[in-house]
Amino acid sequence: MASTELEALTQALSRLPGLGPRSARRAVLHLIKKREGVLEPLLTALAEVNETLSTCSICGNVDTSDPCGICTDTRRDERLLCVVEDVSDLWALDRSRLFPGRFHVLGGRLSALEGIRPEDLAIESLIARIEKGGIDEVVLAMNATLEGQTTAHYLSERLEKFPIRLTQLAHGLPVGGELDYLDEGTLAQALRARRPIA
Amino acid sequence: MRLTLSAIVTALRAHGEHGGVVRLFTREEGLLAAYVRGARGKRLGPVLQPGNDVQAAISARSEQQLAQGQVELTHSRGPLFGEPLPAAAIAWSCALTATALPEGQAYPRLHDALSGLLAAIEAAPSASGWGTSLVRFELLMLAELGFGLDLSECAVTGSSEDLVAVSPRSGRAVSAGAAEPYQGRLLALPPFLRSGESFASWEDVLAGLALSGHFLERDLLTDRAANILPARERLITRLRGAAGLA
Repeated sequence: MASTELEALTQALSRLPGLGPRSARRAVLHLIKKREGVLEPLLTALAEVNETLSTCSICGNVDTSDPCGICTDTRRDERLLCVVEDVSDLWALDRSRLFPGRFHVLGGRLSALEGIRPEDLAIESLIARIEKGGIDEVVLAMNATLEGQTTAHYLSERLEKFPIRLTQLAHGLPVGGELDYLDEGTLAQALRARRPIA
Repeated sequence: MRLTLSAIVTALRAHGEHGGVVRLFTREEGLLAAYVRGARGKRLGPVLQPGNDVQAAISARSEQQLAQGQVELTHSRGPLFGEPLPAAAIAWSCALTATALPEGQAYPRLHDALSGLLAAIEAAPSASGWGTSLVRFELLMLAELGFGLDLSECAVTGSSEDLVAVSPRSGRAVSAGAAEPYQGRLLALPPFLRSGESFASWEDVLAGLALSGHFLERDLLTDRAANILPARERLITRLRGAAGLA
């Protein structure tokens, strides 16, 4: 029978994504067994992040400094701006190291059912960044869902007055995807976006 | 309970890491909510988008329990999401259905109307063909839920001729002569709602939406349900833009 403190730790861990009560208990046992090698570095890392965690006042990214590492990185192309729904999307794109520009996190997407309106998203700060000038292209990297695309359409209407190139991520076949297993919506998008091979 | 039926996906709410609670609109059983494992995963993500037609197998141990669902795509309207006007119309019509209807009560006429509206949007993405269907769908929604308008005769004279307006209070039609003293205080009644025509001018479609919108806001979409109204405003703004009336 575990003590109240260990039980509290197990419960706290079981609330994390990907962990349930069983896997949380295994994680707690692992932390206890490897106290010096795992538990203490984890505690230090958590305390440091907790102390320094902040939301970037420019792009909305979550980092340990404000402005964040991406906004202060001088090697990035300032003329390119990629708009994403959430921090997780920013991290996914940044992980790929394919986008050399900067980001802007909206903090969600327009949703009729959840009552999320344009004023609930970081759209005014996006417009303010574009109004400042120095941005040539805005890439709308919204999810290919109805709500994501509704948000992209709304943004394109708001941004069309600016002298910038407005682009959107392509939709269609995923790498490694087999035609036989794709839904007809994805296939239709892929066919619509076909291009000459040579 | 164990059901296998065709349905229109009207909403998906995230539940857990990959799952979701989907709201399906069926002809036989009305609106049904079911938990779908992996609803937001790679395989089912494109399937469970509002406006798509699916074949659903729904099971629950009791009436009170949230059902479990398994779905298979029968028709995708995903290709329309890339076009602003159809995407806004699909988002609004599905959100209205998911919000306004009670669960577990069959509304076959509404199901047919939504199905027809979605098919019309698909057939004519430019909105010239489906504007009237949208107005009729909204008026039918009001009627099915007990807030129907009486457009059959004049509320003042009892005549069924020359009906041009609707009282914003009673929801009853008013003839041109009787409407004269109340100019500016009545809602316009576009002719296509009386004649049954499928095509109408942009002005008439927008007048129809103003009519249905007034009663939706007043009678149906109150309190928390009013959260979905901004989606309707965005759709009407786009329709005005398409009509060159922005």
